[in-house]
Amino acid sequence: MAQGNMNTVPPSLADKAGENADPAKLQLYADRVRVYAARVTGPFRRFKWATVVVLLGIYYLAPWLRWDRGPGAPDQALLIDMPSRRAYFFWIEIWPQEIYYLTGLLILGAVGLFLVTSLFGRVWCGYTCPQTVWTDLFMWVERRIEGDRNARMRLDKAPWTAAKIARKTAKHGIWIAIAALTGGAWVMYFTDAPTLVADIARLQASGAALFFIGLFTATTYLLGGIAREQVCTYMCPWPRIQAAMFDEDTLIVTYEAWRGEPRGKHKQGESWEGRGHCVDCLQCVNVCPTGIDIRDGNQLECIGCGLCIDACNRIMSRLGLPRGLVRMDTVSNQFARERGGGAPFRIFRPRTMIYAAILAAVSALMVFGLGTRSTLDVSLLRDRNPLFVSLSDGTIRNGYTFKIVNRARADREFVLTLEGIPDATFSVRGGPSDVQRAVLGARPDQVEAYRVFVRAPRGPLAGDSTPLRFVLEENAADGESSVQDTVFRGPG
Amino acid sequence: MPTKVETDSVTGTETTGHEWDGIKELNSPLPRWWIIVLWITIIWAGVYYVLYPTLPGWDGLWQYTARKDLSERLDAVRAGRAAWTDKLAVAPLEEIEADPDLLEFAIAGGRAAFADNCAPCHGTGGAGGPGYPNLLDDAWLWGGTLDAISATIEHGVRWPQDDDTRISAMPRFGVDELLTSAQINDAAEYVLSFSGSATDQAAAGRGREIFAENCAACHGESGGGNREFGAPRLNDAIWFYGGDKATIVQTIAKSRNGVMPAWGGRLDAVTIKQLAVYVHSLGGGE
Repeated sequence: MAQGNMNTVPPSLADKAGENADPAKLQLYADRVRVYAARVTGPFRRFKWATVVVLLGIYYLAPWLRWDRGPGAPDQALLIDMPSRRAYFFWIEIWPQEIYYLTGLLILGAVGLFLVTSLFGRVWCGYTCPQTVWTDLFMWVERRIEGDRNARMRLDKAPWTAAKIARKTAKHGIWIAIAALTGGAWVMYFTDAPTLVADIARLQASGAALFFIGLFTATTYLLGGIAREQVCTYMCPWPRIQAAMFDEDTLIVTYEAWRGEPRGKHKQGESWEGRGHCVDCLQCVNVCPTGIDIRDGNQLECIGCGLCIDACNRIMSRLGLPRGLVRMDTVSNQFARERGGGAPFRIFRPRTMIYAAILAAVSALMVFGLGTRSTLDVSLLRDRNPLFVSLSDGTIRNGYTFKIVNRARADREFVLTLEGIPDATFSVRGGPSDVQRAVLGARPDQVEAYRVFVRAPRGPLAGDSTPLRFVLEENAADGESSVQDTVFRGPG
Repeated sequence: MPTKVETDSVTGTETTGHEWDGIKELNSPLPRWWIIVLWITIIWAGVYYVLYPTLPGWDGLWQYTARKDLSERLDAVRAGRAAWTDKLAVAPLEEIEADPDLLEFAIAGGRAAFADNCAPCHGTGGAGGPGYPNLLDDAWLWGGTLDAISATIEHGVRWPQDDDTRISAMPRFGVDELLTSAQINDAAEYVLSFSGSATDQAAAGRGREIFAENCAACHGESGGGNREFGAPRLNDAIWFYGGDKATIVQTIAKSRNGVMPAWGGRLDAVTIKQLAVYVHSLGGGE
C-alpha cells in the first residue's frame, strides 16, 4: 500500500518530500520526469493511429484543394488572403466585415467540445488535439530510430558514443523536417500553395512566409518533440476547465479498484483468492504518453487516450482473467458494478441537452446567416465638416460619402433615389448633376465610394435636421436593394 | 584583504571575510545575469560611441545624421510616388479629373496639402469664415473653374511679391471721404435690396444712384459681381464678410481688400495641381 500512497502525488514531488523531511523545506517545484512511453497494440491504439493519419492528411493536403471562382479570383479552396482581406472556404467568401462568422465558428467549436467532453471525456485531448497528434507522430519517429521504452532509457543513460550521436542527430533531424513541413503547410492556408512551393524551391519566398514557416517549425519541434506532455499538464488550460463538464455519467478511463485491489505480483498457478486482479505489472504506466498511473483514478494529466486499456487487456488475456480492469466507463456504472449491478450509459442528461441545444441554435443561426447572406452592403457617411453649405440661390447642400460593397464577382448596376425631402436633388461627383435618380455602377468584388451632394430648398426642411432616406435598388430582375436612413442638416 | 571567510549558520551563505568593528557581512553578490547585462550595456555604449556622432567633432563611422535620415526617407517616399506624380506633372487639369485613379491620387494628396497649408484660413473642411471664402459653395470671387482655382493658388490674391497676383482695390468710401455717412447708409440699403432684405425702401431708392456711380463699375448694375476684379456678387444669398447692414456699411466705409499668399514659390507644381483638383472636387467646382 505504501506504493499506492506514494502515487497520489507526482513521483518527483514525492521524492523531494522524501529527501527533505522538514516540511518547511518542501519544494513545490517538480523536476520533469522523462516519459518513455512503451509501444502498445490494441483497438484504442489502432483508432488513435487512424485519427493521426486522417487529421495529418487533412492538414497537409487541404491547401492543395482547388476551387474555381472564375478569373481574377484565387482558385484555392481554403485560403485566408490577408493582403486582399478575404477568406475563402470552398463556395463561401468572407469579407472582414463578416468576422462574426468566425465568432460563430469559435462558439460552435467551444460548445461542441463541451458536449463531446461531457459525453465521452477527453477524447479531444486523447485523439484530435494537434498537440496529441504531432506528439504521437514524433514518438513514432523516435521509436523507429531509438527503439522502444527500454532501449531508449538505456540509450539516454549510455555515454555519448558515435552511434548515440548518430541516432540522436537522425531523430532531431527528422523531427525538424516534419516541423518544417508543418510550418510550411500552415503558411499554405494563407497564400497560394503551389506558388509558395515554387517560390521556396527557387529560393524566392517572401520574408513573411519564411518567418512564419520558421516560427511554426520552431513551435512544432518544441511542443511536439521536446515539451510533449508538459504542454498538457502545465501549459494548457483545458485540463483545468474540463472538470466542469465531467459528471458521474461521463465516459472516462477508469480502473476497477474493487476488482484489482489488493494488487500484487502473481506467480503462475497461484490462487486468485483473497487478492485483486491487478498484478502490478506497470504496463498501464509504461504505455501512458503523460506518464501517469491510471490506478490512482481520474487525474488532471490523463488525456483519455485509452492506451492503458490496450496494455492492461493484453495482460488480462494472457492471465486468463476478464478484460476491462482498466476500461472506458462512467463513474456511476463503476459504482453499480462494484455492487454487482450495472448502470446504463445516459446520453440524455440536462448537461448534454443544454450543450446540444446551444449547438443547434448557433448552427441554425450560422446556416441562416450564410443562407440569407447578401452580396450587397451599403454604408452612408454624412459630412460633418461642415454640416451643410448654403448656396448662392439660397438652397442648402449636404455632402455624403456613399459606399457600395459589391461582394459578387460580377459588374452590377444600381439606381439611387432619395425619399423624405420632396424637392431634393442630388449630384454625384464625376457623374450626373441635380437629378432625382442616378445609375451607380459597382465593379466586381469592390467597394465603390461615391461622393453624393444633396441639394434642397429651405422651404420643406423641418428645422435643422430633416430625415432623409437613400434607396438603392439593383438594376436587374430579382436584384438586391438597400435602404439607408440619414438626416439632412440645415440652418434651422 | 579577506581574512577569514566563514559560513553563516542561519542562511548557509559565506561571509565576505572582512570584519569591521565586529560586524561581518554576508557575501551575496549581484546575480550573474545582472552582471552580464551590465557588461553588455557597457560594450553596447562603447560600440555606440564609435558608430554614431557622439562627441563634438566626431561624425561616427556610420556618418549618421537625423537630417540626412529624414531627407533619405522623404526621397524614398517621393520615389515611391513618382509613377503618379510624374503623370500629374504633365497631365492637364481636365485630364486629371477624367482619369478616376489619377483623380483619387490627386484628391488624396490635395487633402493632405490643404490641411497643411490652407486650413488655417479656409478651415479643415474648406468652409472658411467671415473674410475667408467658403470653398464648398458655388460663389467664387475669382472663378471656380480648375484653371481659375489653380491660378489663384499659384499667384495668390493681392500678394505684392507676385507679378501675376489677383489684384483689385475697393476704395475706402468712408475713410477717404468719398461718400458721406448718409450716402453710405443709402448705398447699403440699396445693396440689401438686391436680395430683398432692405428695411428702408426710401433710403434704398436714394442709394440706387450712389451705387450706379460708385459701385456698379465693378459689382455690376444689378449687383451681379465681376470676377475680373474679384468683385463679389451682391444679389445672392452668400456674403463674404457678412450680410447684415452694419457689416455692409463697414465694408463700404473702410473697404476690405483681403490677402491670400501666392503658393507658387512655396509649393511645387504637382502639389498646386493636387490642391486645385481637391478644391474643385469639394462641391462648388465649375
